[in-house]
Amino acid sequence: MHSFFQKLGRLLVIWLPLGWLGIFFMLPLVEMVNVSLSEARRAVPPYNPAFQIGKDGISFQPVVDNYLLIYEYWEDYLWPAVNSVRLAFFSTLYCLLFAYPMAWWIARSNKSLQHILLVLILMPFWTSSLLRMYALIGLLNPNGVINDFLIWAGITVTPIQMMQTDFSIYSGMILTYLPLMILPLYASLVRLDNSVLEAAADLGAKNWDIFRTIILPLSMPGVIAGCLLVFIPAVGEFVIPALLGGPEQLMLGKVIWTEFFRNRDWPVAAAIAIILIAIIILPIVYARYQDKESIS
Amino acid sequence: MRSTVPLLVKLLAIAGFGILYIPVMMMMIYSFNRGKLVSVWAGFSTKWYKELWYDDVLLTALYKSLLIGFSSATISTIFGLLIAIAFVRFAHFRGRLFLSLVASAPLVMPEAVTGLSMLLLFIAMEASFGWPSGRGVDTIMIAHATFGMCFAAVVIQTRLRDMDKSLEEAARDLGGRQPFVFLSIILPLILPSIIAAWLLSFTLSFDDLVIASFVSGPGSSTLPIVIFSKIRLGVSPEINAIATLMILTISALVMIGSFLVLRRDGKK
Repeated sequence: MHSFFQKLGRLLVIWLPLGWLGIFFMLPLVEMVNVSLSEARRAVPPYNPAFQIGKDGISFQPVVDNYLLIYEYWEDYLWPAVNSVRLAFFSTLYCLLFAYPMAWWIARSNKSLQHILLVLILMPFWTSSLLRMYALIGLLNPNGVINDFLIWAGITVTPIQMMQTDFSIYSGMILTYLPLMILPLYASLVRLDNSVLEAAADLGAKNWDIFRTIILPLSMPGVIAGCLLVFIPAVGEFVIPALLGGPEQLMLGKVIWTEFFRNRDWPVAAAIAIILIAIIILPIVYARYQDKESIS
Repeated sequence: MRSTVPLLVKLLAIAGFGILYIPVMMMMIYSFNRGKLVSVWAGFSTKWYKELWYDDVLLTALYKSLLIGFSSATISTIFGLLIAIAFVRFAHFRGRLFLSLVASAPLVMPEAVTGLSMLLLFIAMEASFGWPSGRGVDTIMIAHATFGMCFAAVVIQTRLRDMDKSLEEAARDLGGRQPFVFLSIILPLILPSIIAAWLLSFTLSFDDLVIASFVSGPGSSTLPIVIFSKIRLGVSPEINAIATLMILTISALVMIGSFLVLRRDGKK
């Protein structure tokens, strides 16, 4: 009796979450593939499912029209894809540049200051990105705080265009993803053995040499982890290009939204989503491969 | 502790903190602006906060967001705990690889993809067996619980793995049964991580715009959806006031949550 309940409990612990995630995470992805292979039509819902269980049995008639459409209008779809990768790549780079000194400072400060600084990093991470992007608009607008200051100080006469440029996108990305870069960097820098640094200093190494030959190589795992944590969500970002970007800063997340809500072309939206997943899987597989290399 | 952080590094770090905090601080200051014009300071006033009380659309949305946040965070925490137990305590079981895949993939999935795919499933389910009929609070709740449980699992898993096993073993040696050992030994030990996991799932749900936009129906707009449509119309002191209140509330929750986690880590 006792072991029966134990076995039952064990089964529930495993299968409850497995069932939930299977139904509400895995199945939706399968259905999305299905829709991406379906024919678009003017009806409710606006597609004719490729895979159907109807009165006349199971039918599966996939069409690749939606992918062909993306290929045909590649300027409209491929350009945002390239743009997503480009903007996410440089955002990751800028985040790394700002995050490294911050992580270093936090890792090298005493325990109580460390706690305060870490909470200061965590707080913006959990507050809504939407609201922080809104706050940024208030700063960057033509009649925003920065332009007002510049005009008041006599540096410029007409407001500088900052919104709807790459600059506004990068500012938004840094504001949103900086904490994600800092945390893994901090984790690898805080583990750094002081005696190694002291030994190098005693042997006459200059600060820059210590950084280049010891600190940077030893913090590489943190750098890679941080870059992945920023790049992956940045590629699929919706809020930032929607609020801060113009037509030149189109990204895939926004294209999915537009195709779905404005053009009501669900199959194409699903096909773009699958392309976006493919873009994201590449760096993850690469990181896994690197991990295996370093172990062996 | 080597205290010689170069001055340049310190200055760059302070600039970084400036980037994180200046926009929000400016917004908070301007939420007390008397004038309607956003960038012209016309004196101190709390009138925009008072006006929030009479905005029915906003209050309804707030109520829905809180309802969804509470219920989805609770489901997330319970299921997150189950996932954490399965991974940390059961060495081998059928489906382990699949569970680790579906419990970590939502962490990296773009919100637009998660939202779109879930909506497509809900529509297919409704067409096949009539549930869920239409989309509303319940579908948003399910969607939020689904990605929330993966974050909750990560938080609880770390604590469960680092937990001191000797107390538990002692209790078992003295004849304690599994449910008793779990409720009176394991649960209190990992309680801070459970609270932290709940708070994090709640904030994730409360802040989410993209997934909620996809799986919401008419009349089930959450607070971020209402705010997003207002932002599209431009910057206004009223949004400054809502945003200030929301950020302060979430920050307070995060501060409680992170101090719970950091304090435990500090004791080790």
